[in-house]
Parts: sequence; C-alpha cells; structure tokens
Amino acid sequence: MEEVLKATGLTKRYHGNPALDGLNLELPAGKIIGLLGPNGSGKTTFIKIAAGLLTPTAGEVTICGEKIGPKSKALVSYLPDRTCFSKQRKVTELLDFFGDFYTDFDRQRAEQMLTALGIDPDARFRTLSKGTQEKVQLVLTMSRRARLYLLDEPIGGVDPAARDYILNTIINNYDPSATVLISTHLISDVERVLDEFLFLYQGKVIQKGEADAVREETGKSLDELFREVFKCLPNC
Amino acid sequence: MNWKFSGDRPVYQQIMENIRGAVLRGELPPGGKIPSVRDLAAAAQVNPNTMQRAMTELEREGLLVGGGTSGRTVTENPEVLEEMKERILEELARECAEKFMVFGITPSQAARLLLELDKEKEES
Repeated sequence: MEEVLKATGLTKRYHGNPALDGLNLELPAGKIIGLLGPNGSGKTTFIKIAAGLLTPTAGEVTICGEKIGPKSKALVSYLPDRTCFSKQRKVTELLDFFGDFYTDFDRQRAEQMLTALGIDPDARFRTLSKGTQEKVQLVLTMSRRARLYLLDEPIGGVDPAARDYILNTIINNYDPSATVLISTHLISDVERVLDEFLFLYQGKVIQKGEADAVREETGKSLDELFREVFKCLPNC
Repeated sequence: MNWKFSGDRPVYQQIMENIRGAVLRGELPPGGKIPSVRDLAAAAQVNPNTMQRAMTELEREGLLVGGGTSGRTVTENPEVLEEMKERILEELARECAEKFMVFGITPSQAARLLLELDKEKEES
C-alpha cells in the first residue's frame, strides 16, 4: 500500500537537546492512527515538521512522495495544539480565509458542521469560549479534502460531550484515501476510533501496532498498555 | 441498539455480538436491511474500518448477506439463525456454569433458580 507519510532518520534538536532522535515511520492510507506518548516525547515536534512549520536537524519526511514544501502543505490539513486565528475575525471571515487559502476547502461542509454545533457564523472569534474556539478550528481543519490530517491534541481543552462530537466529526469525515494522525494522551477517549497506534518516547517510536490486535492478544486496552509500557521507563 | 464497548476486547468482536443480539431479539428481523457501514460507525462512534471488519466477519458467518451496492440484509435462512442461537446459548451456559462453580453452586441448583426467575417474569 502506498504510504501517505514517510519519515526516515528524522532528528530535531533544540539547543542540542534531541526532541526527535532518528525517527523512522510510515503511515498507510485510509487509517486513523493514534500518536501516543508522554509529555515531551516529541509528538508536537513531529507533527510540526510534517506540517512544514519546523525544519528537521537531520532526516526527511515525505507526504505522498512529496518533500515538505508548498506541494506537501496542499495535501496536509493541520490542527495546531493552540489557537492560531486572529481573534478579531468573525467565523464567516475565517471561512472566507480558508476558502481563499486552500483549494480543497469544502465551505458547505464547514457551514453544515457549524450549524450542527449551534455556532453562529457571525460571531467574532474572541467572543467564543475556549472549547467553542477549538471546535471552530477543528471544523475548518476537517472541512478540507486533504490526504493527511494532523490533529495535535484535538480534544485537550473540551468537555466530554464535545469530545464525542469531535471524535464523531473525525469518523464522519472518514475517507479511505486519507489518513488521520491524532496526537493525544487522553487515550481512553480516543482508543475506540483508532485503527493503529504509535507509542513515542524520547523522540523514537518504541511500539506500534493495530489497536484491536493488542486487545485480542493481551486482553488490555490501549490505555492499560500505555500505562504499563511507560511505567517502566525512567523520566516520565 | 445499545453501543457500549469495553476497552479490553477487540471492538470488532463486540460489534459482532451486538448485531447478533439485535437479530436474536428481533430488533433486526430476518431480511431486514442493515444500515451502511458509515452510518453504523457514526452511530456506534467507532472507526469505519472496524465496523467494516465486523460486517465482513458477520457475512462470513452467514448472518448477513449482500454487501454489494444494495447494502446488507439479515439472512432469511432459518438454519443459520438457529445454529447461531444454539451456539450462543451453549457459550453463555458454559460461562455461567463456570461462574457458579466458583461459588460451589452446581449447574442444577442454578437451573432451579433460573426456572423460578422465569416464572416470576411470566407472572409479572
């Protein structure tokens, strides 16, 4: 199967401290994959490199065979772990902005989702609660017809009911040619939507596999496996 | 259908059990149409690939038929349904018997109580 993302020997150092340490990774098409790891394991660094926001110290990432650049960015829809929009804008203006910026943006879809969430498109972004801001951002991210969705902590700041909605949004937008990478440490909330998982630790993939295979072989949930794996490791 | 999953068993197997239960209870009658994988996945809040896997396995068992463009339906073959019921009954009975034995209760003691419960239910 053609891989959507391929990372080889990916290394990123911040002032000499390695955040990613020779990471090798391939993400197949049509999967929902959990990027799981304790704080500081390199999840956000990896996602930012794949989204083209950071340059690696060494190694390479390709998206559908393209090196990171304008072409790869057109294929990737990235949800940052914090708000990146101008707070003075109205929600409709953000829709205009996405429509101008991304040719694969499906405005109708975004409007439908906003209506379903009861978000007023004429509201200014700054007047919305933090959770609602995150929802708007997710709606915009998922309304692109991208090949790779990089979601950095999509459920971190929202209540459990909104978490369900967000996970449903991810499921409902499922497209067999696209892959969704979700970084989180709220594993029990996301694990039933995951096909596969990657455990990241000190900038390396230390374990990966299929979620249902883990349950079948070990009788453990991913959450339990995570607690077990990372309990034995120092500094986390 | 009641979609609740425990984290320690494969989700696709739990989906299969759910569908089998709905068929045996009559919620999904023989010949009844099964919603699309996408709709089911959304309703159960699971990954569409997982739902697809459960459907494929149920097709292999013969409980569901079709799977082409017209969608899947519950089989109308009474033998398949009967066989499934027998198998589930046996599995459950074995499981229960084991649990009773843990507390030193014999299956025949348990059976007596089960019959009484059954009577109570009928009366109410």
